[in-house]
Amino acid sequence: MLFEESIKGWAQLGDSVKDNISVKSINPPLNKASFAMRAILLTLLALTIYFFFSLDYQGINVLQGFADTFDNFKTIFLHPHAHRFTLGEAFVNVVVTLGLAFLATLIGGIIALFLGLLAAQNLAPKHVTNFIKGFVAFIRAVPTILWVLIFAVAAGLGSAAAIIGLSFHSISYLTKAFSESFEDLDRSVIEALMASGANWWQIIFQAVIPSSVSYLLSWTFLRFEINFANAVAMGAAAGAGGIGFDLFMAGNFYFDLREVGVITYLIIAIAIVLEVASMNIKQKLQKST
Amino acid sequence: MRDDIFTKRRNDNLGFFALLIVLTIGSIIITKYDVMKGFSSISKALIWGGSNFYPDAESLRILPQILPKLQETVLMSIAATTVAAVFALFLSLAGSRTTRINRIFSVISRGIASLFRNIPLVAWAMVLMLAFSQSPLTGYFALFFASLGFLTRAFMETIDEVGNNSIEALQATGAGYFHIIFQAVLPASMPQMISWLLYMIETNIRDATLVGVLTGTGIGFSFDLYYKRFDYHAASLVVIFIVITVMLIEFVSNNIRRVIL
Repeated sequence: MLFEESIKGWAQLGDSVKDNISVKSINPPLNKASFAMRAILLTLLALTIYFFFSLDYQGINVLQGFADTFDNFKTIFLHPHAHRFTLGEAFVNVVVTLGLAFLATLIGGIIALFLGLLAAQNLAPKHVTNFIKGFVAFIRAVPTILWVLIFAVAAGLGSAAAIIGLSFHSISYLTKAFSESFEDLDRSVIEALMASGANWWQIIFQAVIPSSVSYLLSWTFLRFEINFANAVAMGAAAGAGGIGFDLFMAGNFYFDLREVGVITYLIIAIAIVLEVASMNIKQKLQKST
Repeated sequence: MRDDIFTKRRNDNLGFFALLIVLTIGSIIITKYDVMKGFSSISKALIWGGSNFYPDAESLRILPQILPKLQETVLMSIAATTVAAVFALFLSLAGSRTTRINRIFSVISRGIASLFRNIPLVAWAMVLMLAFSQSPLTGYFALFFASLGFLTRAFMETIDEVGNNSIEALQATGAGYFHIIFQAVLPASMPQMISWLLYMIETNIRDATLVGVLTGTGIGFSFDLYYKRFDYHAASLVVIFIVITVMLIEFVSNNIRRVIL
């Protein structure tokens, strides 16, 4: 329904754009790419405007809401204070969340390494790569929270469901990233090894993985960063424990904004440390290759 | 010499794997993760899913309820991304090394981007819910702020990548700041920016589900509702609709990327 609308809108908007352009001769000639860009931007704009008109505001005063939110954030950031747990306990829970993220990244990374090899077009037959790519696209289309909740029915709410659920998205994300780094490998290297009689596994371990290892590691660490944020969310929404659960209790149960402040500061600090580490690893690995 | 290189490489590898094993064991202990249970739950979940988690004829009755929610969620993601992109464009122009007006603006906009990106989505959702209660606006603003942080970083990197050459060439001809922005920076970075925008829309639809579960809005709330009522047939129908939507949007954006990049 929505897509028909957007496609229809696209065509209509496209026509008006074309007319505009042909009048001005200063603009560069309208090729397919710039036409598509204008069309997509106008479509998005139209859909945004439609959203604001169709929205059920439920009598909420937006400005008042913003003022309240600003006040709440002032409390969070200027008066953080925890009295239901000590800073030490909060820190332990941050480590639990880091542990959830680490295990999910590790499981995801190992499985993605094999799937990535099978999904790379220069290493596997075409029908295999298509199958794997379709499979991971499906995994990616289901939101992480739904994977975790679905596994929670079988494994019970807790770390097991969260780790397996989180690793599903990591598999999908890393398979895509890994297979693309494998595909960057020069075809002639593989052919040279094949000509010298190397078998598939020898090609993988002597040429493919060594040449892309720095990319694999930096992608994996990037995924760890994402998984940390996801693990916080799963702690809050799926009872996976860790700092996310504390955040959920403080915010949704006790309505204690000052405690939310302490937790938010902790999470931001860890996230920034991970971000800086990720950038450093990237630079170091790029230098070494 | 050759032996040294191989020994060093082997030692490096051994050190790396030892570190991984230590971290793994530490994580297993601290998260109380039952490894066997984790893996056995995959097969258990598959068996359970096969026998319970599929839509039946009766669950189709919820279609009139979930389709408007789905439409609202998709529109919300698009609107949040689009509006965030407009703000992110200004922030990234002020923050990028090549286009910044002065250092202070750059530091401020980089700081805003980093702060907004790293405040967890859960915290955004909960704080906004206090002010906007259970309305679509809560989800909209939560997605908006998180997208603003992400898109500013992405746009800034895109502008930095476009490089100094064309900017310097225009500066040499005596072009003003706005001429440089509109004639060199924006046209060169626009395809990549649109690609990020499309990526963000996909991500936001998935995140909207999470925000929905937390704040009781949109399609996430529909899923949560049926899930907690143990009405798994209806819940699976919701999942199927989310999957179809995300895959359709991914398909459309991949085709757009192929044309513009």
